[in-house]
Amino acid sequence: MPDIELKNIRNYVFNGLNMEIFDKELLVVIGQNGAGKSTLLNIIAGLVEYEGSVLFDGVSVNRMLTDKRRVGYLFQNLALFPHLDVASNIGYGPAVNGIGKKNIEQRVDELLRLMKIEHLRDRYPKNLSGGERQRVALARSLAVSPRVLLLDEPFSSLDTVMCSCIRQEIKKIHKGLGITTVLVTHDMAEAEEMGDRIVTMNGGEVHEVADLQPEHGCSGCAIDCHCKR
Amino acid sequence: MRTKNMRLFTTFGNGSKRNNLLYHDQFIWNKIKSLRNILDGLIPIIIFILIWESIVRLHIVPEYIFPSFSAVMREFYHLTVNGVLLNNLASSLFRVLAGFLLGSMAGIMMGTVMGCKEIMNRSFNPIFSLLYPIPTLGWAPLLMIWIGINEMLPIILIFLCSFFPVLYNTITGIRSVDSDVIKAASTLGASDRKILTSIILPLAVPNIFTGLRLEAGMAWRVVIAAEMVAIPTGIGALLIRSESLLRVDIIIVCLMVLSVMCLVFERFFQYVETKMTKEWR
Repeated sequence: MPDIELKNIRNYVFNGLNMEIFDKELLVVIGQNGAGKSTLLNIIAGLVEYEGSVLFDGVSVNRMLTDKRRVGYLFQNLALFPHLDVASNIGYGPAVNGIGKKNIEQRVDELLRLMKIEHLRDRYPKNLSGGERQRVALARSLAVSPRVLLLDEPFSSLDTVMCSCIRQEIKKIHKGLGITTVLVTHDMAEAEEMGDRIVTMNGGEVHEVADLQPEHGCSGCAIDCHCKR
Repeated sequence: MRTKNMRLFTTFGNGSKRNNLLYHDQFIWNKIKSLRNILDGLIPIIIFILIWESIVRLHIVPEYIFPSFSAVMREFYHLTVNGVLLNNLASSLFRVLAGFLLGSMAGIMMGTVMGCKEIMNRSFNPIFSLLYPIPTLGWAPLLMIWIGINEMLPIILIFLCSFFPVLYNTITGIRSVDSDVIKAASTLGASDRKILTSIILPLAVPNIFTGLRLEAGMAWRVVIAAEMVAIPTGIGALLIRSESLLRVDIIIVCLMVLSVMCLVFERFFQYVETKMTKEWR
């Protein structure tokens, strides 16, 4: 059973979109500006209105508000909380979910270590470099142990070296934690390097699905699409 | 400074001793710099006072029209010692604080509601847009008829003068919070109320404080005007009584006190704002 299913999604961008995202896969969504890539992430997160069904593990989450969907969302502009230091940014999710102070500290330490940013613990976002912010934002989105990780063009603001470095880290984290991940980009090379499957979108429709992991098989592709092996 | 530091580096071999001396050097330099900044501001004031004193001492203008600085200071001392100045200042201060606190709190609460809920903004914005341009003192005749000439009059006037700017600055502050930051908080599991208290309001603080700072001075101007027109106590009342007695020295004392109070209020809000936001702004 797919981890996330989108059935007949309609809104201001989509006109009957169907898509399946498999458990623990890293799905890359690629397309031009206005193709509906970010809107797709927003629909999964419940941040925009839509008609149709979004199912997590076969259960509809249409009536579930964003704060209950347990998604980790890395926004294109990172959207760090400027008034909170790095530790508080990362600990925000666990804190609002009612986790105890001691456990929050433990989780924050764990993520700081994972992202190799222990030395940034007390800094504020304004005092961080682009790459450091990226790491903090990623750590923050992982802090709530999300069932799905949504990454909206996470490398767009980074230089080539930093971009490649963060790519490797995301891949490593994805493999290590086994979180179903949807990554949006407009860079084909990046998509090929990162993805288990690549979905090409155009004008709010799935144009093509390429499976880079043969074990998924053709039946794993979205409806009405072609497969590349 | 750089050469001084370089010299210290070459003179001492011990690292911590050297660093201590560098910090000490830096500390003294900063002190000198801030002292110089204060002096830069003080010198024109001292020159102004000297010119003022000289004009009167040289009998360029008669003293009953323009008393000397020393005469004003003597009167300031007398008024302080006999309690007249402090009693009147306390009356004005109470009115300003009461009206300002009530007006600001109402402005922040209404601004928060209007900034967060579009329907509330659509409903209340037209009426507030019509009321806001009315000068605060324009309400005075109407309020005199409705509530009479009593302690409530200046408080309500200050309430009105504080409410609107704080309201609009709060709305602006709330609206200027990046929508992605709000969405990020939501995806992390924060409820609407939690987002409001932990994200939106803290990020709106700079705008809210801009409104408070602007209105702190305005509240004093309004209370003086109200006291001059209708209330028998307060700095405004003392001003108008002094005018009828041709006591220019007391008038100048009142104006000085007013100026200091406006400055103290403004600086207080600036200080609190800086304390609250300097880490992250």
